[in-house]
Amino acid sequence: MSSPATPMLRRTPLFERHEAAGARLVDFAGWEMPVQYTGVREEHMAVREACGIFDVSHMGEIETSGPQALELLQRLLSNDVAAIAVGGAQYSVLCREDGGVLDDLFTYRLGAERYLTVTNASNHERDLAWFMAGAEQFPRAVVVDRIDDYAMLAVQGPRAREIVQAISDSPLPERMRADERRLGGEQALVCGTGYTGEDGVELLCEPGAAGEIWDQLARRGAVPAGLGARDTLRLEACFHLYGNDLSLERGPVEAGLAWCCKEDTGFIGADAVRAVRDAGPAEKLVAFEIDGPGIARQGNPIAGGGEVTSGTQSPCLGMGIGMAYVPAAAAPVGTRLEIDVRGKMRPAVVKEKPLYRKGS
Amino acid sequence: MAQASYPDDLLYHPDHDWARIDPADPALATLGITWYAQDSLGEVVFFDPPAVGSTLAKDSSYAEVESVKAVSDVIAPLSGEIVEVNDALSENAAMINEEPYDAGWLVKVRMSDPSERDALMDAAAYMASLPG
Repeated sequence: MSSPATPMLRRTPLFERHEAAGARLVDFAGWEMPVQYTGVREEHMAVREACGIFDVSHMGEIETSGPQALELLQRLLSNDVAAIAVGGAQYSVLCREDGGVLDDLFTYRLGAERYLTVTNASNHERDLAWFMAGAEQFPRAVVVDRIDDYAMLAVQGPRAREIVQAISDSPLPERMRADERRLGGEQALVCGTGYTGEDGVELLCEPGAAGEIWDQLARRGAVPAGLGARDTLRLEACFHLYGNDLSLERGPVEAGLAWCCKEDTGFIGADAVRAVRDAGPAEKLVAFEIDGPGIARQGNPIAGGGEVTSGTQSPCLGMGIGMAYVPAAAAPVGTRLEIDVRGKMRPAVVKEKPLYRKGS
Repeated sequence: MAQASYPDDLLYHPDHDWARIDPADPALATLGITWYAQDSLGEVVFFDPPAVGSTLAKDSSYAEVESVKAVSDVIAPLSGEIVEVNDALSENAAMINEEPYDAGWLVKVRMSDPSERDALMDAAAYMASLPG
């Protein structure tokens, strides 16, 4: 049960603060990251009820610029990149030719010919290689790895905007908008995005500025929250986690992400995605609640086919929840499932997404 | 329970379980998990108890505890038959964190081989075995 220190792990600029705060640190995609400070449930509720602050500096950044930046991104990303205005943000997936998902990502348009795409830590190197390979056909698009140039903080919860606003030099960008601000004297890209189901912002800044911003926000009441709470929050909101709910083996349509696929843009994988959209997917990713005791976990099989890809105990709902791929016939809301949880059959019910909604 | 604690009146198994032998009945033991185990797990949200009347074998898993993040087997420090389970945990599994040696007990066991207790550690030996 012990976890000996592994010297090879990368550390974020906030590592000393996590250690000083007594965080439990774990290896996450090669980074030594805080999984919790005081407790997952407490941190989860802080985000739902007030404001939490997450160090997500392990996430990667790729900058794409130049006259052909848009053409390249349109080829790589599933969504219609041309629809992002300067200062806008967009969610999309990165697909292979066969439609298998390489990553899910947010892209921010920083200028007329300048975009920043945020990658999952575990996929960053592969994404970067994919971008670089794609760029060979677009000589006037420049792809630059920016992972070492940015720290990233997520400030989330009903009080998040008020707390960040208090140290900002001007009003914060609206939801799905991104712009530069000075926060407590430090320069940061403030993005009206997040992955918790709460309002809030994500901040991208120079690694050297992250500590000062973190301290100022924490002093004003943002509660440090770890990756444990980040996972329970995103699962209540039914947001996908790459490696759980998204993988190379499944496409975006079965994952419920057809809404961010615009096949007419001709992105890599568009034909495969269109074929699945037209024929209807054989399996669909559904949200479920366990009916009774028990907690289903990733990999638990479902009677009649399918498997759980994410599962936890919901702090807000007080029951086992999760997401699972099931045969399309078992996907309608209200369908009863039997999940094999380590040899015990646990009844569950397909529920509407998201599982948790404000005021529910 | 925020501070580590290992009561002297318990016997300890290296897989982070404890046994309390009934002073009036040396073949009856109450079992639970240690402070170290509950701290490593984090917040326990679910305890799946074995059935009363089922048997357990020393060093084998007899139940599961689940924290928010993961499920862990509970290892039997002694062999015997389950005579009682802590039903209160089905409503409030967090007692395993809050009072791991008292209200957070898991099961009571009629031991099939009371001499097995001799293989368990006292508090000092168990503490010495913990990392860090």
